[in-house]
Amino acid sequence: MTDIAATPSAFHADHGHEHHHDADHKPGFFARWFMSTNHKDIGTLYLIFAIIAGIIGGAISGIMRAELAEPGIQILTKAWPIGVGSVATLDEALHHWNVLITAHGLIMVFFMVMPAMIGGFGNWFVPIMIGAPDMAFPRMNNISFWLLIPAFTLLLGSTFVSGGTGLGAGTGWTVYAPLSTSGSAGPSVDMAILSLHLAGASSILGAINFITTIFNMRAPGMTLHKMPLFVWSVLVTAFLLLLALPVLAAAITMLLTDRNFGTTFFDASGGGDPVLYQHLFWFFGHPEVYIMILPGFGIVSQIVATFSRKPVFGYLGMAYAMVAIGVVGFIVWAHHMFTTGLDVNTKMYFTAATMVIAVPTGIKIFSWIATMWGGSMSFKTPMVWALGFIFMFTVGGVTGVVLANGGIDNYMHDTYYVVAHFHYVLSLGAVFGLFAGFYYWFPKITGKMYSEVLGQLHFWIFFIGVNILFFPMHFLGLDGMPRRIPDYPDAFAKWNGVATHGYEVMVVGLAFFFINVIWSLVAGPKAPDNPWGDGATTLEWTLSSPPPYHQFETLPRID
Amino acid sequence: MKHLKTILVAGMMAMTIAALPASASPGAHAAAAAAGATTPTPGDAAINPPAAGAAAAPAGAAAPAGGEAAAKPAAPATPQFFKPTPGIGQPDGGIHIQPQVTAIGQDARWMHDVVLMPIITVICLFVLALLLWVVARFRRGANPVPSRTSHNTVIEVIWTLVPVLILVVIAVPSIKLLAAQYAPPKADLTVKVIGHQWYWSYQYPDNGDFEIVSNILKDDQDKARGEPRMLGVDERMVVPVGAVVKLIVTSDDVIHSFAVPAFWTKMDAVPGRLNETWFKVDRPGLYYGQCSELCGARHAYMPIAVEVVSQEQFAQWVAAKGGTIGGATGSTDATAAQPASTPTADTAGAASNEMATPAPAENATGTAAPTAQGATGNQGN
Repeated sequence: MTDIAATPSAFHADHGHEHHHDADHKPGFFARWFMSTNHKDIGTLYLIFAIIAGIIGGAISGIMRAELAEPGIQILTKAWPIGVGSVATLDEALHHWNVLITAHGLIMVFFMVMPAMIGGFGNWFVPIMIGAPDMAFPRMNNISFWLLIPAFTLLLGSTFVSGGTGLGAGTGWTVYAPLSTSGSAGPSVDMAILSLHLAGASSILGAINFITTIFNMRAPGMTLHKMPLFVWSVLVTAFLLLLALPVLAAAITMLLTDRNFGTTFFDASGGGDPVLYQHLFWFFGHPEVYIMILPGFGIVSQIVATFSRKPVFGYLGMAYAMVAIGVVGFIVWAHHMFTTGLDVNTKMYFTAATMVIAVPTGIKIFSWIATMWGGSMSFKTPMVWALGFIFMFTVGGVTGVVLANGGIDNYMHDTYYVVAHFHYVLSLGAVFGLFAGFYYWFPKITGKMYSEVLGQLHFWIFFIGVNILFFPMHFLGLDGMPRRIPDYPDAFAKWNGVATHGYEVMVVGLAFFFINVIWSLVAGPKAPDNPWGDGATTLEWTLSSPPPYHQFETLPRID
Repeated sequence: MKHLKTILVAGMMAMTIAALPASASPGAHAAAAAAGATTPTPGDAAINPPAAGAAAAPAGAAAPAGGEAAAKPAAPATPQFFKPTPGIGQPDGGIHIQPQVTAIGQDARWMHDVVLMPIITVICLFVLALLLWVVARFRRGANPVPSRTSHNTVIEVIWTLVPVLILVVIAVPSIKLLAAQYAPPKADLTVKVIGHQWYWSYQYPDNGDFEIVSNILKDDQDKARGEPRMLGVDERMVVPVGAVVKLIVTSDDVIHSFAVPAFWTKMDAVPGRLNETWFKVDRPGLYYGQCSELCGARHAYMPIAVEVVSQEQFAQWVAAKGGTIGGATGSTDATAAQPASTPTADTAGAASNEMATPAPAENATGTAAPTAQGATGNQGN
């Protein structure tokens, strides 16, 4: 500490005197939470953000289910928090429906599942699991999170300005041209597009951060083939984000210029093509569904191994199955476009390619079961969520195989069968993975144990509720009910009524979740470093609960 | 709640009846009546008239586009030949794919019901059984010491190859089905389907190129005609039975999708593109569909109704529309010979209604039911 410019030892001059000061000193409130460079704090911010967004997105689906409970228009004509006062005429009320479905989709995808999976659990546990002190680019990590705030604000704000027929963007989350260009006057769709730009930039920065961190900051001995599967899942996800999101950014930028600057990328009258937008969107959109589910795969792998007290069966197969899903996920996009007038060879190719994805997915399902086989299983809350995930994802996966057939999809496309399919893989897949991860890591993150009874009640009620909610949608789809309609022929009333009751049950389950979180934070018993026993072998369980503010000052060595 | 219950009962009745031979017309009548009785909900009256009424604006605006047809004074009435058949050509509240009336649809439905459904059901049950077995057998109480097995190449190869084989089993009929869908026989009739916000229009280039504009009916009109709510239209698309119908599908504003589940037909209407598809229906009747691509506020309110009729009835309909068959000008006198049914009060007697005398038995048209035409007020013709 003399006149010699910084040497490594200069930065650590205080070690000998005040070790504790370095490891666990926290900045003041504002600096800690608004200018954070700590992956755990940023992860916590992401999780809180995702829970808030999830409440909003879930409430919107509640409005939708209430409207769909009976034939006819009952409640769209009343004012609702999103786009208050937008319902003076019937057309505005009907437009309001489209705003609700758009907001529900965008919020759940970009502001709930992705921030929770990647930003939340990824930030919290990827550095710890690979034995790193933090993410590679801590300030970039911070800007990744804070970009989400203006993005979400823009999206919510877009529901208060004109979107053409009424207030808000009523384009569906896919923002198909020309409905989103010539079909939607007013600034609302522009705001929604800018919101996606910001959310996309946030995710791209996050993806760069994760890739750099995982490739460069693994502890000595932590080879790629020793990394926990959750880290593998985030690595694959980060590559998907990095490759897919720029395409979305390009597509929605072209939408913006079509809307505002007279270009005609997607306007046939100027030489463009509306179907081009769909190709670009789904080139992003299909990897996006794996972006949402892959970290869930990773979480379930950790949990199944932990609670079976066995290492993951077929580790390499599991890791490379995710890689395969990621790669093949990029070459199947047009199965979302089977009715746009593709030619027969294209349809045959996309049918075959799509079905191929079932193979690595099957490997994962069977490997999870094989991990449990011969294990010594306990059924704590995270484990029951993981078991629920495996079965529900299987159900959602096999209906995906049905939809993959281009000839069958002629009937199913844009019906409730598709809605049922993707809610089984997302609402019962990704969301089950999120809850599993939440209960699994809650003691580690907060240092408090959750209530096992409330957790089990949450699972069972939620499980029953979402199945009552989404399973009848298969029937509605087979019977021919189109998606995205606020009113329907009376023959669809029965199963829609059942589905709405399922939503009510699901909400009761969620109530137990929130009670559990609040109770645990206020009065939960202190969590031990490793509450799950000798099945929990990853590095986060070697740290205290919660972990020190800066972990691994001395890098762990992996044998 | 009470409403939900009645719907349930009616739906179950309809399902039962659909399972009976189609000739059970009295029963079908009862089901239709029951369904009709449950149709209106308190909110409907307030909500639906604007939907259909407001639709008058775009239709009116579009009338010049179909001006030729609209301007012909000789077409005061459109013959409508069929009433809806419960369980056919419309949803019935069941849990299965709608009955198919095209060969392609029957093949595809077979593919779904006989190939895909059993396979995916067995897979799900298999996974469920495995899960239940490991949960029971390898819980901590039953198996306190875990094994350390983490590899078994043989089983990993098996669970990779078996799914591949299953997929091949699925892929073969699937690819065949696709090939069949894209191999239309020579077309007997071409219909140009144009999506608009928010209604459909149909042009008949083979028959003098007239255009008909098809708007949703109001709830009370649906009820009066015995049509399902939200599916009835004022002007149906009419095609002959057994004819290979080539559809050229496009749009003049945003993307719509022309879908008739009973035909296994769905084709996006994309502005600037002419998408081609086809169907050949072997059973006369009335078949409904709905727009299947989000197209703006009234996306839910642009149904599709296709009437499949005999060649004679088709000629009669074309004539009523001022079109031609095989180059000869159709005579509007043909329609006048048909018996007119009693107009209902709300149609103001403006339309003379045509009920098909040679209606097939399964259409349950024992009496001249009070179907009415021309009451939507959104048509120039």
